[in-house]
Amino acid sequence: MIKNQVKQELPLYYPRVDQVGVEDRIARITSRSIKNESKMQGLKLALSMIDLTTLEGADTVGKVKQLCYKALHLHDSIEGLPATAAVCVYPTMVKTAKKALQGSSVKVASVATAFPAGQAPLKVKIDDTKFAVSEGADEVDMVISRGKFLQGEYNYVFDEICAIKEVCGIARLKVILETGELGTLDRVRKASDIALHANVDFIKTSTGKISPAATMPVTYVMLEAIRDYYQKTGIMTGMKPAGGISTAKQALHYLIMVKEVLGEEWLTPQWFRFGASRLANDILMQIAKQTFGCYQNKDYFSND
Amino acid sequence: MKRVEVLKTYKIFIGGAFPRTESGRYYPLLNKQGKTIANICLSSKKDLRNAVVAARNACAGWAAKTAYNRSQILYRMAEMLETRKAQFADELLKQGFAKQQAEKEIIASIDRLIYYAGWCDKYMQIYSSVNPVATSHFNFSLPEPMGVVGILAPENSSLLGLISAITPCVAGGNTCVVLASYTLPLCAISFAEVIQCSDVPAGVINILTGSKKELLEHFSNHMDINAVVYFDNKYEELKKLKTQAALNVKRIVTQTLNDEDPYKILDLQEIKTTWHPIENIGSGGGGY
Amino acid sequence: MTNKNNTHWNLSPAPESTTHIRLQKQYELFIDGKWQKPQKPVYFDTISPSTEQVLAKVAEAGEADVDKAVKAARNAYNKYWKKLAPKEKGKYLYRIARMIQERAREFAVIESMDGGKPIRESRDIDVPLAAAHFFYYAGWADKLDYAFPNRKPQPLGVAGQIIPWNFPLLMAAWKIAPALACGNTVVLKPAETTPLTALKLAEIISEADLPPGVVNIITGAGKTGAAIVNHSDIDKIAFTGSTEVGKIIQRAIAGTNKKITLELGGKAANIVFDDAPLDQAVEGIINGIYFNQGHVCCAGSRLFVQESICDILVKKLKHRMKALIVGDPLDKNTDIGAINSKAQLNTINNYIAWGKKEGAEMFQTNCKLPEKGFWCPPTLFLNVSQSHKIAQEEIFGPVLAVQTFRTETEVIEKANNTPYGLSAGVWTDKGSKIFNMTRKLRAGVVWANTYNKFDPTSPFGGYKESGFGREGGLHGLSAYLTV
Repeated sequence: MIKNQVKQELPLYYPRVDQVGVEDRIARITSRSIKNESKMQGLKLALSMIDLTTLEGADTVGKVKQLCYKALHLHDSIEGLPATAAVCVYPTMVKTAKKALQGSSVKVASVATAFPAGQAPLKVKIDDTKFAVSEGADEVDMVISRGKFLQGEYNYVFDEICAIKEVCGIARLKVILETGELGTLDRVRKASDIALHANVDFIKTSTGKISPAATMPVTYVMLEAIRDYYQKTGIMTGMKPAGGISTAKQALHYLIMVKEVLGEEWLTPQWFRFGASRLANDILMQIAKQTFGCYQNKDYFSND
Repeated sequence: MKRVEVLKTYKIFIGGAFPRTESGRYYPLLNKQGKTIANICLSSKKDLRNAVVAARNACAGWAAKTAYNRSQILYRMAEMLETRKAQFADELLKQGFAKQQAEKEIIASIDRLIYYAGWCDKYMQIYSSVNPVATSHFNFSLPEPMGVVGILAPENSSLLGLISAITPCVAGGNTCVVLASYTLPLCAISFAEVIQCSDVPAGVINILTGSKKELLEHFSNHMDINAVVYFDNKYEELKKLKTQAALNVKRIVTQTLNDEDPYKILDLQEIKTTWHPIENIGSGGGGY
Repeated sequence: MTNKNNTHWNLSPAPESTTHIRLQKQYELFIDGKWQKPQKPVYFDTISPSTEQVLAKVAEAGEADVDKAVKAARNAYNKYWKKLAPKEKGKYLYRIARMIQERAREFAVIESMDGGKPIRESRDIDVPLAAAHFFYYAGWADKLDYAFPNRKPQPLGVAGQIIPWNFPLLMAAWKIAPALACGNTVVLKPAETTPLTALKLAEIISEADLPPGVVNIITGAGKTGAAIVNHSDIDKIAFTGSTEVGKIIQRAIAGTNKKITLELGGKAANIVFDDAPLDQAVEGIINGIYFNQGHVCCAGSRLFVQESICDILVKKLKHRMKALIVGDPLDKNTDIGAINSKAQLNTINNYIAWGKKEGAEMFQTNCKLPEKGFWCPPTLFLNVSQSHKIAQEEIFGPVLAVQTFRTETEVIEKANNTPYGLSAGVWTDKGSKIFNMTRKLRAGVVWANTYNKFDPTSPFGGYKESGFGREGGLHGLSAYLTV
């Protein structure tokens, strides 16, 4: 089904979520044991799903270039490693990143819409987005207006997402719910549904600037929302947990969760991403361990 | 001139009404001199069946009454009994009790009603628990009535035994079908009149008279009786009761006609345990 | 849009190691603190239902052996246990709890080998709960007076305890811990298909230096059980198993003063309203019926779904079922292990055949089943009505019967429309509805917005034909005391 054929409109009913039940489900997922070939396969898959991220006030052209090189050359002493899915930067760095990644498969994602707080008028947010897209961003990571959401102005939040979606053009839109500010899983579900019904390309947990960032329960609830929307409309939506995922083991658990909740169709960088800066190296250390048979030291893995 | 006394027809008590036994059978109750005092209904298994139907129908309503309300109804029974002391004394005398003995029995009976009336809204508190489970759940256990209880009232007591048997049962929200003492049945039927004018809903207490030998079998194998309370310590009767009880895993409770005791209420309760998750979102600690 | 990534990502086998497991080739009877050969040298095999391999030979206790065990228990009661200060009894129980924890992994592995249940469950549920049960009741030993206001509770004497094959170690703990804490001595018989963890528990009891005869563990089948039930010097029978056998026991001891508690079968209603947290309800349904291959007396085997959400719920349920992994119980990723015995598999298959014959619509996931061993894929039946056999009788397997309902009144009536009354489940987001439902469901355990949760502090037991008496919690004490 083509996305534009499904009308963007707010749902009438938001399903309930029971937190303790969600945690029980997570406990079953994290008790999955991922060994040998499945581990290797999973680790490489996880690497290919990373949005290597730098979102600092101190970001410079040099820093972004180094990050882009890392995205392409994760650890050259091991053969057959994928590149990351994307690098994720501020709008002003898009051009730099785009140039550094020219000719590669690695996408450039840009945060926009007055990231991270999103406390700006819609016009500013639209301009911010337009700028990122005009600089060549393949993907836009927007933030929702959490204040409006918590005030109960769901229409405002929804309309805003639709407006940003429109100016994105062919760039894929990821909608950051900033779940750490929403408080309950019920609200995470509601915010997910609002974003999904605007027919966006991805929903994303966090900016990485607020704690807690991505957690398994939150991601689980968002995945269920994606599945329900897919059941209802036939539209696939991507998922991006961001922040707080720093170990290979965590990443594998997320992948198991995606596989069990959504199915293997979602297990590609097109539909699932990790927003992370430290995760790649831990995965690389695990891959090295699997490859060479001994436990690793982090000084042997480049820190960009 | 000698006044001709108006004799009372003793019937049985089912669903709040006083029918005769459907079987038309009776047995003569004799006094010590061998003279017939009354013709007592010799209830049949069909009377038992009818009584169980009435008790089952009354179950949900009685169990759903507030404890406070049940307490007041039991208290009302005591009030009614108090005002009819003379009637019961008369019946006890007829059945061979000495005057003092009769008075003592009636007073004890009234006090027993008051005692259990007081327990109606309290036993739940002492027999319940909140259970500190090791997962994020709120968990509590509380007693609930078993349902329809068959009571084979003590053979050697006319009023106190009957009341001691019925009261803890209904105080706990059960309904019952009682078989009165075969040899001392008069007070049982008169007590049914007390029940009828004490706001006890129809069917909550049903009283039959007749032969234990004949009806014990049907009490024990009736599939719609949840529990049977037995008082007399007769091996063969008890064995038969317990054996047939297995048909529907009926609870057989033996009680003795002893002191006032809330554990008799507990004897006819099931413990229900309820679990519910406790959401644990928000800052650590418990708000301290 | 289809998957551009053509490779499948499947989990590699992750078997739990069995190298640290100590199993003997042959087990004798644990009587009077010693391993004793049966009077008649009869032994039976206990096999692994997942491989059909013989794990060990186990002695069959005859009447003479039962008598010996009861005498040992009586002697221990009079000579040691009655005289021992309550707090010292408690310390023995604490010691047992700790030793189970120390050897937890060994117990979990043996439980999965002997019974077929997934290691995830034996490791995370059965064994920790068994240890916790001993730990909980240990503390009661010197506090019994506080549990029964205005009373001086007294022990009963010798308890005969017969336990089923679905939770072998856990049921042994449920039986032994409160019995000992209340001052009784015991003769316990595990089920004939799953005797090993109880026998390993005997090792612990021996290592814990419990006075000889306080706990006797004897093995055998129905005949051995009958000999325990009928023994004249036993004061208390505690049985967990089928309603059919429970009734036989109730009859058998009718002419005695033996105290009895029965924990029997069930056919629990699990009720999902349209305002429920649906995804968690699905998880609860899965947990309710597929936990331990459905060999659970409180399994939520009758699912009642409000008609307005039936389609979506069933869709979700089927999707979730597809993620369940059936296979080697020792694999850490296994969700559903082996059916406990060939006999039980036959029973389950007969019910499945019945369900089909009755015209219910069957759904099974097409997971690959191992060639050896006894297996049943997770199964559900749609369009079931109350009159269907599969909605009335306890199947004791991974088979769910799904029915729809329209209103609260209707579903309460249907849920209670069974001779059983062990457990029930309710799923709704509305608090007042929960309390209405949990009050009106005639069952001993009601899970609201959760299912199949257990805890030593939480009493467990049934209404109606699901038995009487409670196990666990404060209320579980009265089964082993004269109050």
